Amino acid sequence: MEYLSIFVKGIFIENMIFAYFLGMCSYLAVSKTVKTANGLGLAVIFVLGITVPINYLLENYVLKEGALAWLDPSFVEIDLSFLSFIMFIAVIASMVQLVEMIVEKFAPALYGALGIFLPLIAVNCSILGGALFMQDRQYPSIGEATVFGLGSGVGWWLAIVAIAAIREKIRYSNVPAPLKGLGITFIITGLMGMAFMSFMGIEI
Amino acid sequence: MSSENTSAVMTKKTSLFSKQNRRLLSDPLDDSNPITVQVLGICSALAITVQVQQAVIMSLAVLFVMIGGNVIISLLRNMIPDRIRIIVQLVIVASLVIIVDQVLKAFQPDISEKLSVFVGLIITNCIIMGRLEAFALANKPGPSFFDAIGNAMGYAWILLAVSVVREVFGSGAISLPGMGQVKFLPTNWFISEGGLYENNNLMILPPMALITVGIIIWVQRSRNQTLIEEN
Repeated sequence: MEYLSIFVKGIFIENMIFAYFLGMCSYLAVSKTVKTANGLGLAVIFVLGITVPINYLLENYVLKEGALAWLDPSFVEIDLSFLSFIMFIAVIASMVQLVEMIVEKFAPALYGALGIFLPLIAVNCSILGGALFMQDRQYPSIGEATVFGLGSGVGWWLAIVAIAAIREKIRYSNVPAPLKGLGITFIITGLMGMAFMSFMGIEI
Repeated sequence: MSSENTSAVMTKKTSLFSKQNRRLLSDPLDDSNPITVQVLGICSALAITVQVQQAVIMSLAVLFVMIGGNVIISLLRNMIPDRIRIIVQLVIVASLVIIVDQVLKAFQPDISEKLSVFVGLIITNCIIMGRLEAFALANKPGPSFFDAIGNAMGYAWILLAVSVVREVFGSGAISLPGMGQVKFLPTNWFISEGGLYENNNLMILPPMALITVGIIIWVQRSRNQTLIEEN
């Protein structure tokens, strides 16, 4: 049940977009059509599901205070957590590169679908945000960290597909000229955020 | 603002406040504002605008990282191989952000606590990477320095505007670094004290940040019709 709770929380209650605004840049730039939005959303789920557990291992066996004790008991006082930003971003950048190569080799269809979005993801705030929230919240096991990563990814995918669908429709409506494009997208996202707030307080 | 133009001008030893440099400073404040026009760096801009003091600290942090990143990348621009430039940029920006994070933790622990993950997220703040890619890689350190200041200021004023609106209407107060929260409405105005005024708690919640930025965009584009988009 713990897993389900973390998963649902990641999708609805602590949604990356509506509650923390992570990955807003690509959310705004790539949400013009549902097809591309879907591709980017799937790539985010994929990369979050891979990088969060890897960063979890890094955090718990290398960076955290006393985490190096498994190497030698005398390392128990070493605290490398000030290095976590640089380590996380290095892991994310190299994992994205690796994932890109593996997907290209073994799943060309998926590679074609994700296309240019995979490399873009290295600088998507939601990926680094996922790693930093994982560090902040101190999940007890790697399973929970993975479920958290997947849940946040699904939440992000849901948000970008929903806004892309709305933007496809709103093209035919009579929006005030200065609000066209970016302005109305911000306001719709705000309204969607209010709708998502109704999930607050749900406990599973 | 093409790169050839700027570098050609710089070789002629222009003065510090030449027309080009002034444009580098003033353009990002309005016509090419990083948040409302270039759509860069929105994540952090929205998340930390609940209080003015967080917005001020965040703006200073971004100013520092941008100046450092832009100048360093600009100095190294001829040495960085094209293929690995993203990694090089990330490493330099991440190191600068670690400095900011450690300084904040040491001198402003409670603000550092409130900003939580958003200090770390300066690394992936698209403003910084965007300006490194678009400007610092092609220009000399001088113009890059001014470009960094201009863009950080363009970012800062949006942050300040949003946070002032949200804090004034959401908490009925303004908090400044070093002064704490200054409540400027008399307490007996509030409904709980028998008055008629009530804080709008919705302003503190995330959705209103988006709507406030949306309204800023609306106002800016009504003033400057050339920025209006197609659909």
